[in-house]
Amino acid sequence: MSDHVADEIREMPGEAALPRANGELVFDAPWQGRVLGTAIGVVQGLGLDWDDFRQRLIVAIAADPTRPYYESWTAALESLAADFDLITPDDLRTRAAHIEP
Amino acid sequence: MSGDHHHPVPLSDVERRAKALEELLVEKGIVTTDFIDAVVDAYAHDVGPMNGAKVVARAWVDRAYKERLLADGTAAIAELGFGGAEGDHMVVVENTPSVHNVVVCTLCSCYPWPVLGLPPNWYKSPPYRSRMVREPRALLAEMGCPLPDDVEVRVWDSSAEVRYLVLPERPDGTDRLSEDELAQLVTRDAMIGVVRL
Repeated sequence: MSDHVADEIREMPGEAALPRANGELVFDAPWQGRVLGTAIGVVQGLGLDWDDFRQRLIVAIAADPTRPYYESWTAALESLAADFDLITPDDLRTRAAHIEP
Repeated sequence: MSGDHHHPVPLSDVERRAKALEELLVEKGIVTTDFIDAVVDAYAHDVGPMNGAKVVARAWVDRAYKERLLADGTAAIAELGFGGAEGDHMVVVENTPSVHNVVVCTLCSCYPWPVLGLPPNWYKSPPYRSRMVREPRALLAEMGCPLPDDVEVRVWDSSAEVRYLVLPERPDGTDRLSEDELAQLVTRDAMIGVVRL
């Protein structure tokens, strides 16, 4: 991950900004860190600009402003994966039903 | 030990979807598990393991604090302002010249978030979880931490009720270092117990 991209993500403004407490990033559970890493990897793997993800994140937050931040993040990643024909909603539903703790 | 202690609540719907996304995107070759691990490591430094390192450094320089830490980990860690979800039942185990402690979660991935940040992926891997109990010496040696035969290995199985933190031995030759400098020496892996400092 290039430092430039890292800074761009760390310093996202407004409602898309990563949750922090006393300046430190806040994750409420391990999966939130994993989904953060997955999204960054997909953006880089597809050669996209970070803004391609950020715009989806803003839309996802606006669609349900009360849900936790990383749930919107997950929804944004789902929409990105669907738009690029990587994962269909059916694929995702099927796999999610079989995830073991 | 009952598995119920590890999973008081089932996976949430969003947790399943997030995990499914990761698996499918890795399978399609869009992203690798190593890459995600690296990102998690990088971002984890924003939440820890520096909190845990500060706890260890304080224990090294302040004998009374160390006694409180070993007697009641949760309370002593809270003295430094750390705690909360996933870290409210902390037990700290001390390494000595004759005892080495290592932490595992045999059934899932219980981990002291507030002091260590995000868990590394290997902590959740089935081989780590099973072998650390069955053959800790062999696994520790493979992970770069060979132990002399006369050092006793104690393996602690984390659960939702108790999270363990290893208090590593203070390295030799560090008498002149400040508490902040000492904290810089303390690594996440040392506090899980898979390396000695």
